[in-house]
Amino acid sequence: MDDDILQMLHITKTFPGVNALQDVSLSVARGEIHAVCGENGAGKSTLMKVLSGVYPHGSYEGDIYFDGELCQFHDLRQSERRGIVIIHQELALSPHLSIAENIFLGNERAQRGVIDWNRTNAEARELLLRVGLDENPVSRISDIGVGKQQLVEIAKALSKQVSLLILDEPTAALNDADSAHLLELLRGLKREGVTSVMISHKLNEIEAIADNVTILRDGRVVETLNMKDGHTTEDRIISGMVGRDLKNRFPPHTPNVGEEALRIEDWTVYSTTQRGRMVVNKANLTLRRGEIVGLAGLMGAGRTELAMSVFGRSYGTNISGRLFKDGKPIHVGSVQDAIKHGIAYATEDRKRYGLNLIADIKQNISLAGLRKVAKRGWIDDNEEYKTASDYRASLNIKAPSVLMVAGKLSGGNQQKVVLSKWIFADPDVLILDEPTRGIDVGAKYEIYTIINRLADQGKAVLMISSELPELLGICDRIYAFSAGRITGEMTRSQATQERLMQYMTKGMD
Amino acid sequence: MSSIAPSSPDTSAEEPGLEADLPVPQGARKFTVNIRQSGIYVAFVLIVGFFAILTHGTLLQPQNISNIIVQNSYILVLAIGMILIIIAGHIDLSAGSVVAVTGAFAGVLMINHHVSWPLAFVLTLIVGGIIGAWQGYWVAYFGIPAFIVTLAGMLTFRALTLTVLGNQGIGPFPNPVRTMATGFLTSYMGHAKLGFLGRVDTFSVLVGVVAVLGIIAAQWRARAGRLKYKQTVDPIPLFLLKIVAASAVVLAIAIQLAKFKNLPWVLVVLAILVVVYSLVAARTVFGRHVYAIGGNLQAAKLSGVNTRAVTFWIFVNMGVLGALAGVIFAGRLNLAGPTAGQSFELDAIAAAFIGGAAVQGGVGKIIGAITGGLIIGVINNGMSLAGAPSERVMLVKGIVLLAAVAFDVWAKRRASSAVK
Repeated sequence: MDDDILQMLHITKTFPGVNALQDVSLSVARGEIHAVCGENGAGKSTLMKVLSGVYPHGSYEGDIYFDGELCQFHDLRQSERRGIVIIHQELALSPHLSIAENIFLGNERAQRGVIDWNRTNAEARELLLRVGLDENPVSRISDIGVGKQQLVEIAKALSKQVSLLILDEPTAALNDADSAHLLELLRGLKREGVTSVMISHKLNEIEAIADNVTILRDGRVVETLNMKDGHTTEDRIISGMVGRDLKNRFPPHTPNVGEEALRIEDWTVYSTTQRGRMVVNKANLTLRRGEIVGLAGLMGAGRTELAMSVFGRSYGTNISGRLFKDGKPIHVGSVQDAIKHGIAYATEDRKRYGLNLIADIKQNISLAGLRKVAKRGWIDDNEEYKTASDYRASLNIKAPSVLMVAGKLSGGNQQKVVLSKWIFADPDVLILDEPTRGIDVGAKYEIYTIINRLADQGKAVLMISSELPELLGICDRIYAFSAGRITGEMTRSQATQERLMQYMTKGMD
Repeated sequence: MSSIAPSSPDTSAEEPGLEADLPVPQGARKFTVNIRQSGIYVAFVLIVGFFAILTHGTLLQPQNISNIIVQNSYILVLAIGMILIIIAGHIDLSAGSVVAVTGAFAGVLMINHHVSWPLAFVLTLIVGGIIGAWQGYWVAYFGIPAFIVTLAGMLTFRALTLTVLGNQGIGPFPNPVRTMATGFLTSYMGHAKLGFLGRVDTFSVLVGVVAVLGIIAAQWRARAGRLKYKQTVDPIPLFLLKIVAASAVVLAIAIQLAKFKNLPWVLVVLAILVVVYSLVAARTVFGRHVYAIGGNLQAAKLSGVNTRAVTFWIFVNMGVLGALAGVIFAGRLNLAGPTAGQSFELDAIAAAFIGGAAVQGGVGKIIGAITGGLIIGVINNGMSLAGAPSERVMLVKGIVLLAAVAFDVWAKRRASSAVK
């Protein structure tokens, strides 16, 4: 394999409690577009972070050869010096700086520390031309759309003399037109000799653009398929990604659907950051007791915004619409109101919004229902400990004691702490935002079991997810959500991945 | 409470050996935690020992112990309020100016307008609360960083002091106020001879003994309660060691003070404040919310904590404690002066950080801030007894502050890398 630009051999990387990568080998030929795919948590992003030095040499096992040389990167700068540039899912742009400033950030066009603005802007203009972005280099990043920001990231990579470009879900937040443009750009770069590694969920894109695809599952390489021999279809990739019988991934559950618990009518929300942008557009949803309802939508569709605006107006401005709890209209002006009305929301971003990582498990679990273990404002320390310990046992939180700091737990166990918190608050309606994101397969099964049990207790569950198999596996009814609108509603038996995906991409412009 | 039966999905066997990956050697883990939490107390003992030797024992003389307490009382009062603010992730730069303006207010009422001292005292505390509410409003409800709000407060309240007082101080204060700041309890029970310790005040010694008994009883009850709920507790030798150490310190201080005049009134005030605020911080819903806000503001908000109200009230509290410190300081000098309280806020902030508060918020203890304040007090006192010039005192204080925070950051990093 002389023409391999990159060889990663026997890479193993472990986090506390999780084997993120196990003996992963990846070879990328010079000048190809190599796709890496797999479910959430399969280890794709981890692999790319190992490659780019975000996880430094020594924190993993295995060897990396780039251009035939053994590489031991200790940080991002070292890998960038070799021409390996990674573009993360969350764009790393500084919103208040101009396009040109962002392109040359950390790599300024300067002489003796003084920036040469003419050169900066002129070179930025050339780079923008190469990526097909017709914008003034002095425009602020926050004034251009996400699709264009993605192009700026690529321009930034080109400015660093990139020879291997790594893109982590580059089209996840883009609409179809922007995605098509981006893919075309990658083809153009390929002609210029730039090798790309693209992590993607979108199989149609992989089929359209990739030369080879490597499939990861649970931290291992399943196979590498040649996309150009004409035999590899989307279904073939799916079977590699999933690889196990869908039925066994989800605990069996017979729903016992009761009365209506929460009805959301004509719910409309405007963005807090972009003035006048509607993020939720007249959404109507009904949740019933004992029922697990799915909300299927792509990243950026407004799912989280919908949930958080319902949960005590934690997001959004100019919110309009009506909420009915048990058939009666309610006003929910704050998170305290929401909790009082029996609505709970478990966030998709555990670390930022869900947990106090420096506090112990006990304090995290009790926070939303603290008054239940307190008398007249005084916390009963022992009762709190007992309650938390009960949840540790029943939800199988793997920690030596509830006095362990939440930040030291693995993702799955952190998620169980978040769930414990909301179960302890004893709501009637539980909104779960991507409850299994970044969690290994075994823990996912446990989370599904917990969700089923909550439904059996008569709680209404709304589960937001972008993983369709998961929604099909555990939901009784599914809403499809696209560009701020409910675009479809179907029962589990009516739903298929294809139908859902159709509705989920409907109305995107 | 909703009941969820223990789950045992059949996939659990496939899970990686999680238990084995966790820091299982409990003893070792506990030990590192202890170093971080008790490092400050060890440091305090070492510093006291160092200066005791340097000053040939003068530092621990009855009169000097009394001086250290009286001279630092107002800083310690401020430190109690300050650590709550720092735990919540904020800062208060205006504390010194609040001390000045409330001292001036009390002086104007008591001296110029002859308002009876109890009424004037209460009114001053209320004014402190209003000042705190003013700053709390801008921080909590308007969303301006506390650094800016209290920097503005530092200037405006100093300006207000100068406006009220002009360029001169007012005094003298009524006797009860001076007594609270510098006076001693009356000898209620006369004196007794206590062997080699010599003549001591009976009541003071008795208070010390009662305090020790209280500590032992409280610790024992907490331990029994924890055991009943099958919580892990310190092993008996460590538990006894802690109690003996705490009792010895309390009793030694009480006896030394009893040998001098008596217990200072400010010590009584401080003791009450420390007990009450420690309980509030550790055992109340409000206190827990303060920690939750500092640990992760967004998570606290999304868990239904009224983050704005909590922030508002800790600033109100700071204002009241600032006013109390203002009265004590004015009483000690017997003068409400225009330059009173200058840079007190920095001493209070330093006390909180030396005492183990985390720079990002969410961590800290009342008793830690008190210990931090006493470390500063002992350094001040010890060095001046040893005849060091003030610039060197300042230098040492600066280094101690940096070293304390550096140690905290280092210990935290080591603790987190131990998991990886």
